Amino acid sequence: MTQDRQTAVAALDAQCTRLRRDILEMITEAGSGHPGGSLSAVDLIATLYAHHLRQGAARASDPTRDRFVLSKGHGVPALYAVLAEHGYFPHADLKSLRKLGSPLQGHPVVGTVPGIEACTGSLGQGLSVAVGMALAARLDGHDARTWCLMGDGEIQEGQVWEALMSASKFRLDNLVGILDFNKAQIDGLVKDVMPIEPVEDKARSFGWLTRRIDGHDFEQILSAYAWAEVPEGLPKLIVADTIKGKGVSFMESDLVKWHGVATTREQLEKALSELSVKGAGR
Amino acid sequence: MSERKPKASRQAFGEALADLGATHPHIVVLDADLAKSTKSELFATKFPERFVECGIAEQNMVGVAAGLGLAGKNAFCCSFACFVAGRFETIKISVAYSGGNVKIVGTHAGVGIGPDGYSQMGLEDLALMRTLPTMQVFQPSDEVETRQIMEYLASHDGPAYLRLTRQELTPMHGPEYRFVPGKIDVLAEGKDVAIFATGGPVMHAMAARAALAADGIDAAVINVPSIKPLDHDGIAAWATKVPLFVSVEDHNVLGGMGGAVAEVLASVPRSARLHRHGILDVFGESGEPEDLYRKFRLDGPGITAVVREALGR
Ligand SMILES: Cc1ncc(C[n+]2csc(CCOP(=O)(O)OP(=O)(O)O)c2C)c(N)n1
Repeated sequence: MTQDRQTAVAALDAQCTRLRRDILEMITEAGSGHPGGSLSAVDLIATLYAHHLRQGAARASDPTRDRFVLSKGHGVPALYAVLAEHGYFPHADLKSLRKLGSPLQGHPVVGTVPGIEACTGSLGQGLSVAVGMALAARLDGHDARTWCLMGDGEIQEGQVWEALMSASKFRLDNLVGILDFNKAQIDGLVKDVMPIEPVEDKARSFGWLTRRIDGHDFEQILSAYAWAEVPEGLPKLIVADTIKGKGVSFMESDLVKWHGVATTREQLEKALSELSVKGAGR
Repeated sequence: MSERKPKASRQAFGEALADLGATHPHIVVLDADLAKSTKSELFATKFPERFVECGIAEQNMVGVAAGLGLAGKNAFCCSFACFVAGRFETIKISVAYSGGNVKIVGTHAGVGIGPDGYSQMGLEDLALMRTLPTMQVFQPSDEVETRQIMEYLASHDGPAYLRLTRQELTPMHGPEYRFVPGKIDVLAEGKDVAIFATGGPVMHAMAARAALAADGIDAAVINVPSIKPLDHDGIAAWATKVPLFVSVEDHNVLGGMGGAVAEVLASVPRSARLHRHGILDVFGESGEPEDLYRKFRLDGPGITAVVREALGR
């Protein structure tokens, strides 16, 4: 690793620890929400916004921006935390999550806060929308890229495979899929509920280029994103092995339980004690 | 059976389904990664060999249920109301048109689901399901009624849609109650206005009745568990008894129970006019269920105010 890369990785590491605290605090305050899948995805989302997504709060409605579609909409606390970190809206708003009248809806809603590109929450729809955005960028002749993050349970939806098929037919090399492969869904482990493996083989046979990484290793995430940005005539899928509830020991040891249950105040304190930010805070 | 305690209709459904599984060997149950929430897991634990976990793939689940139904099973196919209704055209062709014996179960209906927000709220499912020939549509108001509808569905051969709540419902019925498909259920007589309610808001309509009575307004409360078949004659009879109908439901006012009542009123002699109340053709949003019921005026005070406004008193 170069010196620069080491610095970047250390900064991401510290940032994501803070974001994990934000996620758990906002879900505890809301009294409901999805901690497990937010914590598995946050490293992937934060790295994208910090280093690869050509957007930023000032360009959130620029038609030529890169777009990020959070297809697994229930993971939105992770996205809200990242958007607040990058100044899309005030950090203080995070504590209004899921409350009546709050812009921070339980699942992403276009027009509520800047940076939300599609209404998701009904699983399986985001990749199709991302295909449309990628097609539009091509039609408009600009080089905007569309990124789409999906859940491993989510890709059991047939529509995802229709989208995969269409993206390779259209040779969308301005489209990147990211799979948050945290191995768990609601009724159990993905391998028991409805197995998706061998997922890379499946995506390849649908005409995608793929790469598999550790979705909590910032060095690997950064290299995969750099790879994804190189146009090779086909869409690319990054399969990221992740841990549901990453960073909180009592969640990591009980993957399925922590899908859609909010932490109590007491559990929050316990979790926060494991997520201490070294050095200066925010 | 009926402990007279508040209970969510999804919970009552899960318990009834697990009981009926013992006496109805042709019942099979499908779910799409929401068995813990729809309460189909109660059946799954008891009869694992007759439970089909389909994963997050509702369209395939509906199709598989259709096949099971066409091959002699009575297939209960469960998810949130929004996600099953979202597979409408598959239900139209593979279930209704093909004539399979499938019961579509949509839980967490309406804004009553709360903080998850609009994407998880079934607010158009009644309107959709009602338009399919042969499809029957039911929505219970409490535990006793849920169980009786389930007993009917366990032996009814044909497609039906059952709409259930996430939130707890206060008992409206005693054990002597008899659910009859195609019949309204008069919970309270009244002569100034008839409140037609279905599902989650029924208990709040009863609370509104008490508040209205204190102001000298005599409101009938009519529970509508059977939205299709609808009690045409029963509704027609009420249409000449009172000057005003107010329909109340946790569903878009377009096309739901109120829409169905309007269709009856359009074709019968009547003195009553109808005010349809529900979600007024807007999107739902996040919030605690009680806060949303207050905002959308589906709680007791809300319904009271709506009735008073409609009466002009
Ligand atoms: C179409 C649809 N069906 C069902 C649900 C309910 N639901 C919400 S999250 C979830 C599990 C998602 O699992 P996965 O995609 O693996 O997400 P993660 O583990 O990353 O949280 C389900 C079934 C939904 N939101 N949308």
